[in-house]
Amino acid sequence: MSENTDSQGTLWEIFVQKKAGQPFVHCGSLHAFDKEMALQNARDLYTRRGEGTAIWAVPASAIVASSPEDMGPFFDTTNDKVYRHPTFYQIPEGIKYI
Amino acid sequence: METIDLEQHFDAKLAKNEMIEPKDWMPDNYRKHLIRQISQHAHSEIVGMLPEGNWITRAPSLRAKIVLLAKVQDEGGHGLYLYTAAETLQISREELLDQLHTGKAKYSSIFNYQTLTWADIGAVGWLVDGAAIMNQVMLQRTSYGPYARAMVRICKEESFHQRQGYEIMCHLAFGTPAQKEMAQDAMNRWWYPTLMMFGPKDANSSNSANAIKWKIKRESNDELRQRFVNQTVAQAEYLGIKIPDENLKWNETKKGYDFSDPDWAEFNNIIHGHGPCNKERIGARVKAHENGKWVREAAAAFGKKQNAIDVAA
Repeated sequence: MSENTDSQGTLWEIFVQKKAGQPFVHCGSLHAFDKEMALQNARDLYTRRGEGTAIWAVPASAIVASSPEDMGPFFDTTNDKVYRHPTFYQIPEGIKYI
Repeated sequence: METIDLEQHFDAKLAKNEMIEPKDWMPDNYRKHLIRQISQHAHSEIVGMLPEGNWITRAPSLRAKIVLLAKVQDEGGHGLYLYTAAETLQISREELLDQLHTGKAKYSSIFNYQTLTWADIGAVGWLVDGAAIMNQVMLQRTSYGPYARAMVRICKEESFHQRQGYEIMCHLAFGTPAQKEMAQDAMNRWWYPTLMMFGPKDANSSNSANAIKWKIKRESNDELRQRFVNQTVAQAEYLGIKIPDENLKWNETKKGYDFSDPDWAEFNNIIHGHGPCNKERIGARVKAHENGKWVREAAAAFGKKQNAIDVAA
């Protein structure tokens, strides 16, 4: 693209909340030149059918991501800690609401 | 890791039906295949706006006009989902558009046909979008994560497209004799081009083997084409519209219809740029792109200013 001087704007990642109280979920990306345009484009692109009531637009360059190569060692530390799960604990028969 | 280990790891993931994500190692040819396929798909959505856009100002009612506007807007959206999916493979939007405008990248041959009558808008929604859905439902399970996610979103939206097309056909097929004739004429012109949408026959499809091996496609061109014909026959019968194929016949052994091939010479001709509208379509895209240049420049300048204000604050 050496000769291509055209700019389509920068990449933004879009997160949409379906309704208040629910988590913001990543739904895709888009191009925009500024914050306001990112929000407007996100509305037009990702919420045409009532998919959301709130939007987060994040410059893709601001996202820090783990690498697939790290997958083993990076998450290993949690695998041997079964005591973090409720089923690790023995509760006597007949005890309720726990 | 050595390349050979990486490749084994990649193959093992595919074997387990795990998805490949942008940061995963992938063979160069897998990446290239995906860029070609996803960008071709994106370009098809964008160019596909043109034959339908042709009828927005001439839609026969206000209802038909707002429906068509919404549909064309959806197609634009689908193109954008797909462009960003392709961009995760290390190619920029600028390059992708450049490939479309210079003819380096292709788009679906179907959009090089003209939409001559209002019935064509019905036929495009019913048949062309119907065929596209057949392909896209399968692609929801494609092995590349961003492509699969875009497909899930697209499939949710496409069913409105097909249903609005069939509704148009219903109005015409059960209308005046002239309207019914118009519906039949649209069927006559769109049937074979629609069958071409699934691509060459498996035996002649150079890209198919890799696509299946890498689980980019889960079903072959011929399998999808057969399923499309099987599903469409009853829909046409209901309308009282004849599928223009003397050889169309139920085959009890294969539990499907036998049908004639489209004219593959015509298909190749269009692929190579000699269809009824190839020049017009690309011409319209290039013109829109060039006419939008000052808007992008202004938006970029404004964005730069806004960002500077944010930094200062």
